[in-house]
Amino acid sequence: MYTNIRQLVECAQEMPLHEVILLAEQQLTGADRQQVMQAFEHRWQVMQASAHRALETPQNMVGNLISGQAKTQYHYSKNGGFLGGDTNAMMAMAFSSSEVNAGMGRICAAPTAGACGILPAVLLTAKQRLDASEQTVLQGLIVASGIGAVITKNATVSGAEGGCQAECGVAAAMAAAAAVYMAGGTAQMCADACAIALMNCMGLICDPIAGLVQLPCSFRNASQSVNALASADMALAGQSSVIPADEVIESMYRVGKKLPMEFRETALGGIATSPTGKAIANRLYNK
Amino acid sequence: MNLSLFEVVGPVMIGPSSSHTAGAARLGRAARLIAAKPFTKVQFGLHGSFAKTGKGHGTYQALLAGTLGLKEDDERLRNAFVLAEQQQVTWQFEEIELADVHENTARIRFFHTDGTESEIEGSSIGGGRIEITRIDGAAAGFSAEAPTLLITQRDVKGVVSEISKALAEQNINIGIMRVSRLTRGHQATTVIETDSPIPLSVKEKLEKVENILSVRIIDLSE
Repeated sequence: MYTNIRQLVECAQEMPLHEVILLAEQQLTGADRQQVMQAFEHRWQVMQASAHRALETPQNMVGNLISGQAKTQYHYSKNGGFLGGDTNAMMAMAFSSSEVNAGMGRICAAPTAGACGILPAVLLTAKQRLDASEQTVLQGLIVASGIGAVITKNATVSGAEGGCQAECGVAAAMAAAAAVYMAGGTAQMCADACAIALMNCMGLICDPIAGLVQLPCSFRNASQSVNALASADMALAGQSSVIPADEVIESMYRVGKKLPMEFRETALGGIATSPTGKAIANRLYNK
Repeated sequence: MNLSLFEVVGPVMIGPSSSHTAGAARLGRAARLIAAKPFTKVQFGLHGSFAKTGKGHGTYQALLAGTLGLKEDDERLRNAFVLAEQQQVTWQFEEIELADVHENTARIRFFHTDGTESEIEGSSIGGGRIEITRIDGAAAGFSAEAPTLLITQRDVKGVVSEISKALAEQNINIGIMRVSRLTRGHQATTVIETDSPIPLSVKEKLEKVENILSVRIIDLSE
């Protein structure tokens, strides 16, 4: 049926984009529609829980580097801020999932655990802004998954292989496509949003302080949520990505491959080796 | 598209890292199913990013929890060391360097109660997905995404057709089948990925076939 985004968009001339993706899943796994939808509903429940769990309750984790970030941002969001209350609340929800994840709580990887805050925060925010039904959200989630599957197949979603662009970047690309779809955008607009989001963070390295999935991961979850909605807005406004999504994905993969080992989840570069980053690592490991 | 959506959105898991925690837990559990015998000690050799950043990602707990049979969304995962003590299993972690393997690779050695040892090598390749690369030194190369049959047999004619016959009789379709051997005429390994769960009766039936030495079912969805 499809092995890249171009073909996926072509298939969506015949039927709605989420149907194309659902059908491919059914054909691949032999599951019926109801089983697939149930699996999505379960994931959506886990996502919502992780996005809300730390908004008022800071989570404990090794080193507690990001404990309380969600609460701080959530309370600030009530004053509006530069980006408005909704966007700040979205960042708070992204922080929340990041905290739950770091605290060895239950999350849904999307596409990875390190990037698990982006898709739930964007979907919940889009749902609220659009006053969308549960069904629309699930359709958005399906589109995000379909886009993510193509990227996983044709590139990588491993930070150890491709850096943060492959984790939080791909999550933003998936979420951007989902938001566009929920807002009634075309399949081509979903592809454009995906491409724009990936371009916006191409080359982003993975440089976790002390090797923990905490900093800068939580900031990247929050900021890539904003990237997702910004990219969605650009696509919905009619901006073309100019470079087709498949070529952007391939470029991302090539960039990832060329990243030195220090920038691929080894904690040997970037802010992980800044004086303060090293001091935190030393403090945690008593070196 | 030949990749399930739920390998992208999912797994539902215990954090913090899909590759370093969930993938590690799956790798440990797959290794347990491959070794398929009680053990008193388990030794983990960690390569690359597993060695460099494993500690902070709960990789140690996850690998150990997996070898104890815990799933990647089990909240007891963080207490793996205590669970191992309760089961009187000792463990050891060391840093190793392997050639031409994925950054997140572990070599897991079981010390069984019957005095034998098993060694399974595998990689966590992102998003919680894994690849079993070696079993007791021989190349393996399967993902354990689908229910997988792992058979060792004497390298003689007719065994493979007995295997496929037993599966067909149970109406199980073979997705991928690979037969490999270290040296001609000695021992061969057959890896079969199926489209549906493999009932225990198939295992029992295959175990009775002449020239089949061992049969193991690796089904991580159970």
